Amino acid sequence: MSETMDPRAKATEALLASGAADAGRGGLGALKEAAAARFRSMGAPMARDEYWRYLGPAFNQPKEGAEPADAASATAPSPFAAAEPLVAAFLNGRFAPEHSSDLAAEGVEIAPLGAGAAPGWAAEALGALEAEGQSPAPRPLAALNGALATDGIALRATGAVARPIEIRHLGETGGAVHLRHVIALAPGASMTVLESGVGAAGFSSVMEAEIGAGASLSHVRLQTDPRFQRAATHLFARLGAESQFKSFTLSGATAGEVARNEAMLWLEGDDASAHLAGAVLAREDGKIDNTVFVTHGALRGESRQVFKNVLNDTAQGVFQGKILVREGAQQTDGYQISQSVLLSERAAFNAKPELEIYADDVKCSHGSTTGALDEAALFYLRSRGVAPSIARRLLIEAFLAEAVEEIADAALADIAREESRKLVAALVA
Amino acid sequence: MLEIKNLHCRLEEDPETVILKGVDLKLEPGAVHAVMGPNGSGKSTLSYVLSGRDGYEVTDGSVSFAGEDLLEMEPDERAAAGLFLAFQYPVEIPGVSNMTFLREAVNSQRKARGEPEMSAGEFLKLTRAKAAELDISNEMLKRSVNVGFSGGEKKRNEILQMAVLEPKLCLLDETDSGLDVDAMKLVAAGVNALRGPDRSFLVITHYQRLLDHIKPDIVHIMADGKIVETGGPDLALKVESEGYADILSRSAA
Repeated sequence: MSETMDPRAKATEALLASGAADAGRGGLGALKEAAAARFRSMGAPMARDEYWRYLGPAFNQPKEGAEPADAASATAPSPFAAAEPLVAAFLNGRFAPEHSSDLAAEGVEIAPLGAGAAPGWAAEALGALEAEGQSPAPRPLAALNGALATDGIALRATGAVARPIEIRHLGETGGAVHLRHVIALAPGASMTVLESGVGAAGFSSVMEAEIGAGASLSHVRLQTDPRFQRAATHLFARLGAESQFKSFTLSGATAGEVARNEAMLWLEGDDASAHLAGAVLAREDGKIDNTVFVTHGALRGESRQVFKNVLNDTAQGVFQGKILVREGAQQTDGYQISQSVLLSERAAFNAKPELEIYADDVKCSHGSTTGALDEAALFYLRSRGVAPSIARRLLIEAFLAEAVEEIADAALADIAREESRKLVAALVA
Repeated sequence: MLEIKNLHCRLEEDPETVILKGVDLKLEPGAVHAVMGPNGSGKSTLSYVLSGRDGYEVTDGSVSFAGEDLLEMEPDERAAAGLFLAFQYPVEIPGVSNMTFLREAVNSQRKARGEPEMSAGEFLKLTRAKAAELDISNEMLKRSVNVGFSGGEKKRNEILQMAVLEPKLCLLDETDSGLDVDAMKLVAAGVNALRGPDRSFLVITHYQRLLDHIKPDIVHIMADGKIVETGGPDLALKVESEGYADILSRSAA
């Protein structure tokens, strides 16, 4: 029968069969049927699909024989340790209490999803935003995640959560991991969620967040674990009136690594504000794709996308960013910038900015630039005695600063800056 | 200190365009020489070639600096060896603070010379003191290199870098351009404060006015890629009163 299947259907079934053996999925079990049906209905992404043209079907061809990570680095300390977060760790796709903090903190309810039944609010929320986010453009890997997820965390903030909560992804095997996280902020609540590690050769995570009126969610992610082969992440967030969402991701990729980060945001209450930022550093044939979709559906919404890419060797960067302003979403202020610095003539950056506006009183702008490091600035630095590698490093750090500065918390911004410096050093070495 | 012999260069991208056609110049330690000349005579190119900027191909001649072959060195190696070019158009570097820039420069040069790094405290003290002499505020030190600086501020910032880096040879490329009289006095005072028996200056300028404030020992007139006349400080005054045309027609005769 398989000989008669078309390539998409074949890839679809192969991906569905790639999940871990079904050894109990707790509160996530309920997702499986509907998500698998959704995934089958749209099928695995193919190179001719509108939002997969640049990246191609890398996720349908997982690298054979991905090497297991060594156990020591699998549980290495988190770069976020200095921020003293409350840690919820997942090892090989399973909640790992031995690597986690005591999951109790003022103002927040925390529950792993893989072992028992999900809390009522989480059971209701799981899959809702992802299903909604499947149109107008399909996000097949998010549906696949729903079909295969083995564990995840549910976080519900009811007040101001003082300590950041870190979701740490650890891995010591070469296999695939699918994690599903669900977040809710009650009206007026505030919380910072950190993510670190990739944790598997084939990694997938979906985070669905409902941000209540006047609530504020900050998200800082370090996608710098050097041991992954494929990482597909999705972030879905719905913003209520006067709420705020700020997200920053630092991504690094080297030989054989491909990361696709999708974000889908809805500003559904009036006066909401959403900021998404990313710093991308890729070398060898690493590929990093940021695909963002922001929908303004209410009055006076403000959104901002700042993505900076530094690419060396034959690395590829992709930015696909859309701002959709619905009818009636007057006085929307939407901004989007994607920029890249190519350190090699063989590196490539593809940007696809899109604006779709159905309201008549809005301010929306987008821009994209690609170029080499400024030769005049490099010479100026060198003429003062600065060695070429340091001169390049200084200019790259300056280029990334606008994205890193989107992190409001100074201590977290310092951590992200420090981690980005390590990637920059590897890039200019 | 610096000996330029029969220096020829052309543009890399346009080999037909020969800019320097046999420059000879010798600068002793502690000496201040001015190079004057009409636009297009090759004055600025001379400073670029000496500092190692890309885009020029030396086709003949030699330059020795403190006993070494300058043309074989990378731009950062030239700086570490003690050469400093004050740019005609200082470059803006958004996102790199003036302080970071200066500290990297000082410590890169020290590292290249095998000297220990300057401590943060020592560096701050030195830079603040030199900045104060040039009327450069702490706020300007924190700002991105030259970003949003006025023409005069950029030139003062060049002199600040020179003062902190303490080079052996200072090339000043049209440092007076874009300066009003007060700014020029400030810049000249900064330069004069650095004059000493071990430090030489090559002051490139179109006009004589800067030389009222930075008094040269020797004045060279450059035209069409060569030094065509060399004399004392009074040669600059002659340029001022007679213009280049008379001097050039006389030297051609």
